[in-house]
Amino acid sequence: MSTSQEYIELFREKESILEKDSPSFMREIRQDAMHEFSLTGLPDRKSELYKYTSLQKIFEPKYSIQFQPSKVDFRVEDIFTCDVPNLRTRLEIILNGFYFGQGSMLTRLDNGILIGSLAEALRLHPDLVKEHFARYAHSRSDGLVALNTAFAQDGLFIYVPRGQTLKEPVQVVHLPMTGLDTLLHYRNLFILEENTSAEVIVCDHTLSPFRFLTNSVTEIYAGPSARFSYSRVQNEHLNSNLLTNLFINQERDSQVKTNTITLHGGTIRNNTHVLLNAPGAGSEVYGLSLSDRNQHIDNFVNIDHASPNCTSNQLFKCILDEQATGAFNGRILVRPDAQKTVAFQTNNNILMSDEAKMNSKPQLEIYADDVKCSHGATTGQLDENALFYMQSRGIPRHEARMLMLYAFAHEVIEKVDVVPLKERINDLVDKRLRGELSRCNNCSMACGNLSLPK
Amino acid sequence: MLSIKDLRVAIGGKEILFGINLEVKAGEVHAIMGPNGSGKSTLALALAGRDLIDVIHGSVKYMGENLLEMDPEERAKKGIFLGFQYPVEIPGVSMVNFMKTAVNEQRIYQGKEPLSAGDFLKYMREKKELVEFDSQLTNRSVNEGFSGGEKKKNEIFQMALLEPKLAILDETDSGLDIDALKIVAKGVNAMKNKDKATIVITHYQRLLDYIVPDQVHVLFQGRIVKSSGRELALELEEKGYDWIKAEANGHTP
Repeated sequence: MSTSQEYIELFREKESILEKDSPSFMREIRQDAMHEFSLTGLPDRKSELYKYTSLQKIFEPKYSIQFQPSKVDFRVEDIFTCDVPNLRTRLEIILNGFYFGQGSMLTRLDNGILIGSLAEALRLHPDLVKEHFARYAHSRSDGLVALNTAFAQDGLFIYVPRGQTLKEPVQVVHLPMTGLDTLLHYRNLFILEENTSAEVIVCDHTLSPFRFLTNSVTEIYAGPSARFSYSRVQNEHLNSNLLTNLFINQERDSQVKTNTITLHGGTIRNNTHVLLNAPGAGSEVYGLSLSDRNQHIDNFVNIDHASPNCTSNQLFKCILDEQATGAFNGRILVRPDAQKTVAFQTNNNILMSDEAKMNSKPQLEIYADDVKCSHGATTGQLDENALFYMQSRGIPRHEARMLMLYAFAHEVIEKVDVVPLKERINDLVDKRLRGELSRCNNCSMACGNLSLPK
Repeated sequence: MLSIKDLRVAIGGKEILFGINLEVKAGEVHAIMGPNGSGKSTLALALAGRDLIDVIHGSVKYMGENLLEMDPEERAKKGIFLGFQYPVEIPGVSMVNFMKTAVNEQRIYQGKEPLSAGDFLKYMREKKELVEFDSQLTNRSVNEGFSGGEKKKNEIFQMALLEPKLAILDETDSGLDIDALKIVAKGVNAMKNKDKATIVITHYQRLLDYIVPDQVHVLFQGRIVKSSGRELALELEEKGYDWIKAEANGHTP
């Protein structure tokens, strides 16, 4: 039986558990998703979208799937702090794909903002969720999205009502922490109504040394004039594979910025889809990844300019060492009506070894005639002349390399608005470049000997 | 201080220098002149330790030690400075960070405490005045967007910060207007003392009006074909290189 077939069977078997406590519209959405999945299955290498990342390979091992929240006998936030000094955040934890609530599962702030479990939001505010859920992430577009839509039970839900501002950034820590190889699906939904602003920082970590495969979907609705900033730090161990699917829908004059810093992990594939749905919307999509050993990082970006007068700016940088492989695929689609589009894309990569490999594929499809678009990609090694120049001033070669790599990475880090977070990322990138983040037994985190959840 | 004996080097299998002999003593200024393509820059880069340059024969002693065995950074820390003919732009690496790292590497090597950020900035300000270096430039990335003259002045500024024992200036004068030339010369002269030596590589006698050499050498086709006092530079200015070429090829003019 093929891997895809196994998931179809599993779905049939577990459907009643998945449906439990969900509003009825979810049943239809899940079934549609499974139907789509049964038609296409997991995308294979023949699929243009997954040409450089073999999903077959990472889905090959046997994973268990957890259908209920983990029970832990400790406070996760006590043993695990993913702290950013000098930054007050509202910490939210997603443990093994489920919202980890300390008391309330869905908090209503004074100004009407809701933050908490998506499953709980589905129960308490089904109409609000229904308006946006699975509206931006289409199961038809990608087997991974279909699989997530069928299986995901929980995740983070944020709702910012019209005119409101989320004062403290929300920091979401996604933690796989089980005692066996596990496939995780979680689903986030962030709804920002008109004239709102919010900031979310996502940290992907692992706390136990098993093999993990996370397939997440995050949907973001940015209403008219909404401002949203979404930063991610991906730092997992080598046996942890991460597939993220981010869908951003932007309305008139909204501004959304995403910044993905990939420090460590096994195979990581980040799909970012931005729909600029109304005039004046602006999108910034940035990414920095540092890979070595046999890590694989693939960033896929699709910006859909569906309306006039929108702007988008992509900057992705990648440093690959040893046998690491990477890919960048950036698509800009300018639809016929999207006049006065301004769209830029840059991808720069540094290969530190002869074995490291990078595939870069810019893709511009322009159907309007009054637009300003550019793209550029470079892949190369560190400039030997510059290295020698620094050595000739007494700077040791390894330090010179560090200065140059750091300078290379800096351009992306600079895009992070929150100063304390920027400093923290600076620090992490510096440590990563010096090899200090990945010392503990093939693991990037200092796990210690934690008792595993049941 | 520096003793080069029968140095032969090649780049990519092609021999460029065919046996260089040169003695530089502390306190001296040597000028190396010669037509384009004669191997002047190759000699400078070989002394600084560029790995593209293969030493195939000969020896170089610096302060009694075998220079050729040292990494470029070790040479620098021991007091050798190369002023580049074509200074390299390093986007993203700030001048301050670059030179602070360099100065502190040297201080650590000499057993001194590294300078704090504040002390380094103070030190940098002093040196900036010495070489009349535009204070805005230190806020930028190394050489990025600098004009030709600014790049050359930056070399002298870096030299002033590192206070080398042996400075090798590779055509630091080319592309400079007369005012900038005077500033460069002033920087070099300010550092001159009995413990230090300078090798000035130049095409033109002009710089030697300001930096007075003890000896002038003419490098031609990978060999030093003539060495003399500073009057040689004047003669070259007047007559060009043709007579040297003819002499070197065994003809009398």
